[in-house]
Amino acid sequence: MPAVQETVDRVRQIDVDQYKYGFVTDVESEKAPIGLSEDTVRYISAKKNEPAWMLEWRLEAFKRWLTMREPTWARVDYPKIDYQNAYYYSAPKKKPELSSLDEVDPQILETYKKLGIPLREQEMLAGVVRKDADGNVLAERRVAVDAVFDSVSVATTFKEELKRAGVIFMPMSEAIQQHPELVRKYLGSVVPTTDNFFATLNSAVFSDGSFVYVPPGVRCPMELSTYFRINEANTGQFERTLIIADKGAYVSYLEGCTAPMRDENQLHAAVVELVTHDDAEIKYSTVQNWYPGDADGKGGIFNFVTKRGDCRGKNSKISWTQVETGSAITWKYPSCILRGDGSRGEFYSIAISNGMQQVDSGTKMIHLGKNTTSRIISKGISAGKSNNTYRGLVTAHRKATGARNFTNCDSLLIGDQCGAHTVPYIEAKNSSAVFEHEASTSKISEDMLFYCRSRGMSAEEATALVVNGFVKDVLQQLPMEFAVEAQNLISISLEGSVG
Amino acid sequence: MLLEIKNLHVEVADKKILNGLNLTIEKGQVAAIMGPNGSGKSTFSYVLAGKDAYNITEGDILLDGESILELAPDERAAKGIFLAFQYPVEVPGVATMTFLRTALNAQRKLRGEGEYSTPDFIKLVRETSAKLGVSQEHLRRAVNVGFSGGEKKRNEILQMAILQPRLAILDETDSGLDIDALKIVSEGVNRLRSPERSMIVITHYQRLLNYIVPDVVHVMSKGRVVKSGGKELALELEAKGYAQYTDEAA
Amino acid sequence: MNAEVRNIKTPAEQALVSAYEGVRAALPGKGAVAALREEAFNRFDANGLPHRRVEEWKYTDLRALMREALPLAAPPDAAAKAKAKDAGKIFASLNCRRLVFIDGAFVPEASDLTPEPGLTIGAMADALAKGDTLVSARVGQVFETDDAAVALNTSLMSDGAVIHVAAGTVLERPIHLVFASGETPSAAFIRSLIVVEKDAQAIIAESHESNVSQVNCALEMVIGDGATVDYYKATQTRGLHVASLLLTVGAKAAVNTFALNSDASLVRNQSFVRFAGEGSTGGLRGVNLLRGKEHVDTTMLIEHAAGHCASREQFKSVLDDSGHNVFQGKIVVKPHAQKTDTKMMTRVLLLSDEAEADNKPELEIFADDVVCGHGATAGALDPNLKFYLMSRGIDDKQAEALLIQAFIGETVEEISHEGFREAIMRAALDWLETRG
Ligand SMILES: Nc1ncnc2c1ncn2[C@@H]1O[C@H](COP(=O)(O)OP(=O)(O)OP(=O)(O)O)[C@@H](O)[C@H]1O
Ligand SMILES: [Mg+2]
Repeated sequence: MPAVQETVDRVRQIDVDQYKYGFVTDVESEKAPIGLSEDTVRYISAKKNEPAWMLEWRLEAFKRWLTMREPTWARVDYPKIDYQNAYYYSAPKKKPELSSLDEVDPQILETYKKLGIPLREQEMLAGVVRKDADGNVLAERRVAVDAVFDSVSVATTFKEELKRAGVIFMPMSEAIQQHPELVRKYLGSVVPTTDNFFATLNSAVFSDGSFVYVPPGVRCPMELSTYFRINEANTGQFERTLIIADKGAYVSYLEGCTAPMRDENQLHAAVVELVTHDDAEIKYSTVQNWYPGDADGKGGIFNFVTKRGDCRGKNSKISWTQVETGSAITWKYPSCILRGDGSRGEFYSIAISNGMQQVDSGTKMIHLGKNTTSRIISKGISAGKSNNTYRGLVTAHRKATGARNFTNCDSLLIGDQCGAHTVPYIEAKNSSAVFEHEASTSKISEDMLFYCRSRGMSAEEATALVVNGFVKDVLQQLPMEFAVEAQNLISISLEGSVG
Repeated sequence: MLLEIKNLHVEVADKKILNGLNLTIEKGQVAAIMGPNGSGKSTFSYVLAGKDAYNITEGDILLDGESILELAPDERAAKGIFLAFQYPVEVPGVATMTFLRTALNAQRKLRGEGEYSTPDFIKLVRETSAKLGVSQEHLRRAVNVGFSGGEKKRNEILQMAILQPRLAILDETDSGLDIDALKIVSEGVNRLRSPERSMIVITHYQRLLNYIVPDVVHVMSKGRVVKSGGKELALELEAKGYAQYTDEAA
Repeated sequence: MNAEVRNIKTPAEQALVSAYEGVRAALPGKGAVAALREEAFNRFDANGLPHRRVEEWKYTDLRALMREALPLAAPPDAAAKAKAKDAGKIFASLNCRRLVFIDGAFVPEASDLTPEPGLTIGAMADALAKGDTLVSARVGQVFETDDAAVALNTSLMSDGAVIHVAAGTVLERPIHLVFASGETPSAAFIRSLIVVEKDAQAIIAESHESNVSQVNCALEMVIGDGATVDYYKATQTRGLHVASLLLTVGAKAAVNTFALNSDASLVRNQSFVRFAGEGSTGGLRGVNLLRGKEHVDTTMLIEHAAGHCASREQFKSVLDDSGHNVFQGKIVVKPHAQKTDTKMMTRVLLLSDEAEADNKPELEIFADDVVCGHGATAGALDPNLKFYLMSRGIDDKQAEALLIQAFIGETVEEISHEGFREAIMRAALDWLETRG
């Protein structure tokens, strides 16, 4: 039996069992009444005890949303979403005031433990010695974690230590209360409430998310991380993340997400805004592993996300790294507005689609400032009956003299029933712009697979190894813990049961 | 008897390449195969390793008396078959070290043996690579990517030394090696010689056989073994060429 | 696809609608042809001129660019016919069979109609009027598209060339379709059909020279199994020129096209190419030289519907002043079109800060055993190279000219026919010489 055919067959029988995050946690929750109206928006705002300005902001967005139409330009095809048949707010019932992690519902802590996310600081501090793939001992790293369960942040670790450094890392709902001046200044300043259908919806109904502010000159002493978990049935998740790196600051932020297996589709429409001032840097990494649906395309998360960074200051830098393996539909274009002179934007992406998944993802690099540079490395892998599209824009405006971009977009096809598509828009509006773009699409090399198999690897192992090699340039951009996790995830996403 | 090839007929893309090849390899035996370009040596080695796209129309391959025709390449590898490729494949992005560990553990798993612990594995690779003059830097680099011809060949022998096969097929491992490398690689191969391990050494040059002295020499032409003899046969071929055998086979 | 509901028509759209309504009855062709026109017109009437929200016309907003629609051209007069002798200079040095068209109308007396075995030549107006079977079997059917410019052409098509090359025929000489405009600014809707049957070989060249007139031309071309076709197109215009090539390629055929746009005010060159049979090869190439406020849009859809075909696309553009170059190239590999091999390369040389280059190379792939790729670059002349030349005593302008020549030369060199290669290179050099 030909090796490749065998691999293809295995991959084809994508089995829901392999989604190991598909369990449901049984916790009592409190929900907004089903459906979406001005009352829903008021309900959410009231639940959060928000100031009037915040409610106003939401209501304005909601009014605007009513006049907007769902975008249709992406290469994704899904049944019409009934916005009135979903819950827009769901929070685990809990004691009114949480003074320590111990008071978090143990069921939820258990959930995060199952997901392999250490929320408890002591676990982190105890720190098991970890080694990388080649056996080198990893430098011990600590990660501050914010866990968002359904719509609400349930726990944030390392708060005290971060506070000492001057770093604000807290749920958005708390930031609205405690740092209204910062929130008012930056919220919606990168992704305005009018931006697009899903971002506007998010502005109206977002329930929580993470807020990060790193003051001038501060290098955040640890990685910050948020784990998003959709648990409730029939619930949309709309988180809002805002990260500001003030002059000369640096922060690395990681985001992970999972959801139970459910037959119905669930909507996830998040907005992430990043702002860097002069000489600041934000590194934003995502491992997106929402439930992708079953082999027939039943269920799975609809992931419509607006992520944008604004390099507002001179010589600032924003770097997006994403590993996209989950979701039934992915609609996502983390972008950089390179406004400050000398600023730099980066986008590193691995997008894997299998089964009936549909991915339409890419980036926008908008060069406005002088001598701005950007780099795009995108690796798409399509298997099963999936469709995987890279869509990107690189544009240099008239005044963006000295703009530079390098783009490399490669697609790998596994099996003959999937599609791989590349749609780049490249716009140069001044003579000193230098743009280089290259793209390729090909099938996974049979020679490589045979070479690996002749050394004893199974079809799945060989495929995973070759694919991991293919995405290496992007994996390298991830913080070590995530890189290992992502590597495993890639194997799992592509195979029957290896891993 | 470790390996028995019986009347093997093989086609690729409707082209007949092997035409009734018969060959036996004894346990612990080192057999050299020589033959003109295009006579089917590499094809034979790929078929042994289980590459698809080759259509076996007749005959059988027996390992320990059992047919291996139905086995996938990795199952053959686990049974101890190892092919050092004439043209080793580049695998971008995959560190040689990762590749070796994945391969070794995969084989051990298939054989029901435990995985190597990381420190043991690292020690094994360090020692083995030092003997073969493969640098640490090469181990970190992606498999064969940007390696020179000779470095690729050395990497093949390193893999063989780590995987410890029972039947190693070396397809022109000597071509591309400089004089010193030829010595180092041959020594590496000789160290692996044992009563438990058989080898098929495919080469065009008698010189290699001065280092790796074969027990028998087979001459292959037009997809079959046309003559077998002792190591002196290689000297004779060097002197007279293949003309007489190619005519015979015609 | 993105057409929105619209009731308000621009003056140009209104003029086009009334032009059609005025000549509908007089246009050549009855029955199926008239129905085809009517259907195309309804499409145009509903959607109007293509605009920036129509993805394929994103960078060439014809609705905005076309302020007015000129009146339909009248039949050419004697003065125009006399002038036509000098048209098509670019390929004059080649020994071609010239077929001359003025404002889209065929001028037999200025054309070379010497008989040649296996070759049939006719005028589209006659063919449509007479209900010629070759034309009625093909027109509007070579590559179906809902493109608005093609629809407009179909509604108003008046004349053009109909060329049939019989199976196995190797044409003695290249055919040169010479298109020129008369004195009066006008609009021409030219439709041509070229059928090159099995194992035949043909070289077709097309030159367009026009003043401020508006030309919408469409060429439907069918290349049979085993046939070989070279197709060259050179365009100069002070007005608007929208050209559509609708091409179907059979099995084991070879096609090479080359387009040169220089001194072209507003051009849209769109190609719709389908590889319908296995084992064919295609090369689509071109050079665009822009200055002033010129706008040149090269858009192509290459569809690999059958496996084992290879296509190469290579385009070079040099932009001076406020030149605006658009390139959109979409390669589609259909399911089962295995072993498709494509490579698309576009390079833009930006000589001025006011110039703009928009580039959209696309891949849409549904078969796995393929090798497809594209590359795109945009940038200025390499200052190191320029310095090197200048350090050898070559002055600034000359150094630039040499480097530009080398830049476009790479693509021009791909033309295998020596005569056409030289003619096109000469035209490019002429442009360089007149560069201020
Ligand atoms: N995939 C293939 N398709 C078509 N022909 C093939 C294929 N593989 C091998 N061949 C042909 O089979 C014949 C034997 O090739 P093979 O590589 O086995 O020869 P060899 O004895 O190893 O030669 P060399 O000494 O040059 O390495 C050659 O004629 C070769 O061209
Ligand atoms: Mg060989």
